Amino acid sequence: MSAFVSLDNVSHAYGGEVGGTLAIEGLSLAIDEGEFVAVVGPSGCGKSTLMKLATGLQFPFKGEVQVAGEKVTKPVKIAGMAFQAPTLLPWRTTLENLLLPLEIVQPHRREIRWRRGEYAARAKNLLTSVGLRDQGDKYPWELSGGMQQRTSLCRALIHEPQLLMLDEPFGALDAFTREELWCVIRDLHAARKITVILVTHDLREAVFLADRVFVMSSRPGRIVAERRIDLPRPRDLEVTFTQGFQDIVHELRSHIVKARQ
Amino acid sequence: MTRTALIIKLSPWLFTIALLVVWEASCRIFKIPTFFLPPPTAIAQAFVDYSGPLTRNSWITLETTLIGFALAVGFGMLLGLLVGWSRTIYAGLYPLMIGFNAIPKVALVPILVLWFGIGFVPAVLTAFLISFFPIVVNVATGLATIEPELEDVLKALGASKLDIMRKVGIPRTLPYFFGSLKVAITLAFVGSVISESVASNNGIGNLMLQAQAQFQVPLIFAGLVVLAIEGIAMYAAMAILERRMTGWAQRSGFAQT
Repeated sequence: MSAFVSLDNVSHAYGGEVGGTLAIEGLSLAIDEGEFVAVVGPSGCGKSTLMKLATGLQFPFKGEVQVAGEKVTKPVKIAGMAFQAPTLLPWRTTLENLLLPLEIVQPHRREIRWRRGEYAARAKNLLTSVGLRDQGDKYPWELSGGMQQRTSLCRALIHEPQLLMLDEPFGALDAFTREELWCVIRDLHAARKITVILVTHDLREAVFLADRVFVMSSRPGRIVAERRIDLPRPRDLEVTFTQGFQDIVHELRSHIVKARQ
Repeated sequence: MTRTALIIKLSPWLFTIALLVVWEASCRIFKIPTFFLPPPTAIAQAFVDYSGPLTRNSWITLETTLIGFALAVGFGMLLGLLVGWSRTIYAGLYPLMIGFNAIPKVALVPILVLWFGIGFVPAVLTAFLISFFPIVVNVATGLATIEPELEDVLKALGASKLDIMRKVGIPRTLPYFFGSLKVAITLAFVGSVISESVASNNGIGNLMLQAQAQFQVPLIFAGLVVLAIEGIAMYAAMAILERRMTGWAQRSGFAQT
């Protein structure tokens, strides 16, 4: 089976090929369908560039990016994205915020005018599944930081994307809320068999959630290590306190330390 | 309502009355001649004596201002969207706009008179020219500050630039836009009154100029009062509009306390 997302010997620079800043260089990566992959690395190593390349927001000057068997030449549309900042629209209620992607992406865009009730019901179900039942009519600024981030996740999932891209989505949350949301993501991934790429610099988060963890070098970014996480699923938060878990985190940490030098 | 809250609520009126009392008293005690500084009672008398011309001219000034302001809103919104839409247009137009805004608008009145003759048209155009700039700047600022992450989320779904503008850019700009209206309406009054005083036979500006020529100082002050009332009324109207249209942007208690 060929990979669902693959980057083949990809290089990308900002500010032109010649004289620009090389963000990633000769990076190769293959992700299977339904796999949960985490990418970790020192800050400024081009993790976010990786996200932009895989979603078709930017294109490499060398190498090839493929998603779902096709070369990426325009925004892929089958991806949902969530970032560290929830970036919800303050003039829309939580529910209306969820409907935003459906107003953009086809075929929903055509149909939402006639089937708004149906779509709203779907959005409500999704909110319920992340523990935000009955919060749909509130405005984002009436929600806590964790609730806003849940909403942002829902917005990334509402159009049932095959690929979910998460760029440090829990970076701004407190430790308890973060662990709560790990479980939300874990369950969503288990329920939907969706392919997830998580960019993070929290190693515990990467190990707890991912099937495979990739370690990137500092700029220009390359993959310097790959670690399969064999911890059995479904994983409970308790697993993060076991020796096996700690050993993997420790091992990854040593890669990062090397990558920073 | 507590005592303090009541006092705060009444304080604008108390302060105004106090000002008028001090003013009246000073005029009487120091025997200031009416042609130098008329007391409030003399100004009130002027309102009674000249109620006809004052009413007629205040309507003319208000109409002139509002037409100029409406032009500024339409044009300013369009230009702001254009400038916010493209970096090239922004780079090209911004220095020009700064240069234009630096020109004192009163210096344009003679040219407008040359083109359109004295009267209504130059006054409307002066009001327009002086008030569109803050609208342009604010609309463009609203567009320029869209979060890049949100843009990425939507672009990855295949959103066009127009989609992003409609769903995010324009709604996001509205608080800036309505905020700028409060500044713009005040400036529009400045523009119309300047032009009326320099080149018109109508309007409060012209009335004040004539009153000055005839040494009717209380009438000059009555003209000022009319302008203040119209200015406050329009400012309040814009503030109410702002609150109604963009209540979501004013949730902070910061400005209220």
